[in-house]
Amino acid sequence: MSEQEHSEHIVPPATYLAIILTLLFLTGTTIWAAFVNLGRFNIVVALAIATLKATLVVLFFMHAKYSPKRTKLIILAGIFWLALLLGMTLSDYITRVDYRGVRFPISQVSQQLPAQRG
Amino acid sequence: MSTAAAAPVKTMPEHHYLNATYGIRSWLLTVDHKRIALLYLASVTFFFFIGGFFAMMIRLHLLTPSGYLLSADTYNRMFTMHGVAMIFFFLIPSIPAVLGNFLIPLMIGAKDLAFPKINLLSWYVYVVGGAFTLYSMVSGGLDTGWTFYTPLSTVYSNSAVAPAVVGIFITGFSSILTGLNFLVTIHTMRAPGMTWFRLPMFVWAHYATSIVMILGTPVIAITLALAGMERLFGLGFFNPAMGGDPILFQHLFWFYSHPAVYIMILPAMGVISELIPTFARKQLFGYHFVAAASLAIAVIGFLVWTHHMFLTGQSTYAALVFSFLTFLVAIPSAVKTFNWVATLYGGSISFDTPMLYAFGFLGLFLIGGLTGLFLGCLGTDIHIHDTYFVVAHFHYIMVGGAIMGYLGGLHFWWPKMTGRMYPEWLARISALILFVGFNLTFFPQFLLGYLGMPRRYHVYPPEFQVYNVMSTAGASILAIGYLLPMIYLTWAAFCGKVAGDNPWPATGLEWKTQSPPLTENFEVTPVVTWEPYDFHNRPDLGLDAVAANGVVPAHGDD
Ligand code: HEM
Ligand SMILES: [Cu+2]
Repeated sequence: MSEQEHSEHIVPPATYLAIILTLLFLTGTTIWAAFVNLGRFNIVVALAIATLKATLVVLFFMHAKYSPKRTKLIILAGIFWLALLLGMTLSDYITRVDYRGVRFPISQVSQQLPAQRG
Repeated sequence: MSTAAAAPVKTMPEHHYLNATYGIRSWLLTVDHKRIALLYLASVTFFFFIGGFFAMMIRLHLLTPSGYLLSADTYNRMFTMHGVAMIFFFLIPSIPAVLGNFLIPLMIGAKDLAFPKINLLSWYVYVVGGAFTLYSMVSGGLDTGWTFYTPLSTVYSNSAVAPAVVGIFITGFSSILTGLNFLVTIHTMRAPGMTWFRLPMFVWAHYATSIVMILGTPVIAITLALAGMERLFGLGFFNPAMGGDPILFQHLFWFYSHPAVYIMILPAMGVISELIPTFARKQLFGYHFVAAASLAIAVIGFLVWTHHMFLTGQSTYAALVFSFLTFLVAIPSAVKTFNWVATLYGGSISFDTPMLYAFGFLGLFLIGGLTGLFLGCLGTDIHIHDTYFVVAHFHYIMVGGAIMGYLGGLHFWWPKMTGRMYPEWLARISALILFVGFNLTFFPQFLLGYLGMPRRYHVYPPEFQVYNVMSTAGASILAIGYLLPMIYLTWAAFCGKVAGDNPWPATGLEWKTQSPPLTENFEVTPVVTWEPYDFHNRPDLGLDAVAANGVVPAHGDD
């Protein structure tokens, strides 16, 4: 990597302050959402907030927003790999059937096992 | 630099990396990639001995159907600690951290790796991780299998799981650091003229391996961390009683551990791709295809992991998809094998020790790879899953493939690393002993597995005894085959015949500098003007005289 690619981008403290406040606000939202029953959307909401927070951390605190293209490419590759891990693992979970051939809702996967071992 | 071929009596160079500085500090604080490689050599050899000891216990115990040596509990600990020592502390670091560390900068014409201090750090991280795992071994041992399947490892096991998991977690970072160092070095530090398609195949193989190390190792680290937290703090990630899913552990574990088998075999393939052109005196057939096959293996290798879980109750649909992908990943391995054989075709072949190992690799990897397809096939896997067939399969790959590559590479580059030749005839005989011992140990295990002997049991029905006796007999021959090289290579490092810069001769840049090299590797940065493995346009190799009558010189030791 050449010298100028390393350009030290100076981020104003105000930006950091805004980000940390947003993160704290989102943490509060997570706690609040945990007490509201949204049915099957409980997990969706919790993960959406967590993803948003992680994105902010990577972009601003880890300086990805100000990084050279190659670094961004590496980050994207990492996310792609994570998607492979999660996606292909789900190819198992969302196609499980029980012993009668009936589809298993993913939320019941953990119940399925003790019963089978029973 | 003196041209060794011209000088009748070869002498050791006056200055080199081994005598540049002296004292224990100069080794423990070195940032020279070559010295760090030797530090790794010593430590992986140490773990090889530990793993080997456990293997001996297993094989001795299985001499009789009722098992006369160990209790059932101790037997479980023996095969577990054998696997942990061999896989995480020997095979994964062996070729990359020893040969790769030593050779990559030399092969691309660089002074060192991109981050020499990180390189040293990686060794210390490895040692700390190893210390934790050793602690687990002496403080009760480990009995979960190297796979740490839950809930056995997190709930039921009474052995020292936590320190072992911490040790493997830590050692993972040593792999990541090594991979990172290699990638940056290969990208940024190639000498003038060393274009991507002039890189030796060994470097391509390590490039692919590094990708797997960087993308895969964090997953095993986090998976074992989750298992550790479940065990220590009762968090329910994998325990069904607490709403967790044990199959999830297997998904996460194998997401790393299948690619990890390619961390073990890809570098060995890189070694073989150097040995075969050198000892067949021919350009590597299909250079671009072999390079691309390395990358294809690295990528597709990530997409086959649930073939270890066909019988766990994963969905039939997923099993079909992963079985198909398992068949796909065999293609690039086959491409490589065909290319090696095509390189041999019409070459003038000499049978020096490194080449004997290369031949051994070809045959054994072929058997190992093809039996992988038996296992990847959904129907046949029902019969042979978790039997000795699986044990034979992966030993053909790991011992027959990876360790043969490692030993072949050690012999080939020993003159570069130490400046001295090993005794050729003794080495050839050892290679032969190793090959015979290996097959006698592991081929009967294919039969045992096919007949239905399960793996990881401390007793077996009496009708299986004859195969087990064969296997134990083979293992003792194999042990001699490993001890001999360790002894004569050590002897040769101090007392062997002086090798000269390029004893074989071979075409790589590493042979253009003195043996052993200077701390800075090259006196002046080399400029590469030739294509890889080209023996014809290289008058500097001094092959013209012999090329006329078509004879290839062995190095002429005896
Ligand atoms: C290239 C290097 C390879 C290595 C180092 C390797 C290593 C291993 C190991 C360690 C296991 C056993 C894991 C365990 O259950 O504890 C295994 C199982 C297996 N291997 Fe390989 N393998 C390699 C190549 C292949 C190939 C090329 C294929 C197929 C194309 C393959 C297919 C399988 C399958 C399907 C199993 C699971 C069998 C079962 O448990 O029923 N392997 N391999
Ligand atoms: Cu696998």
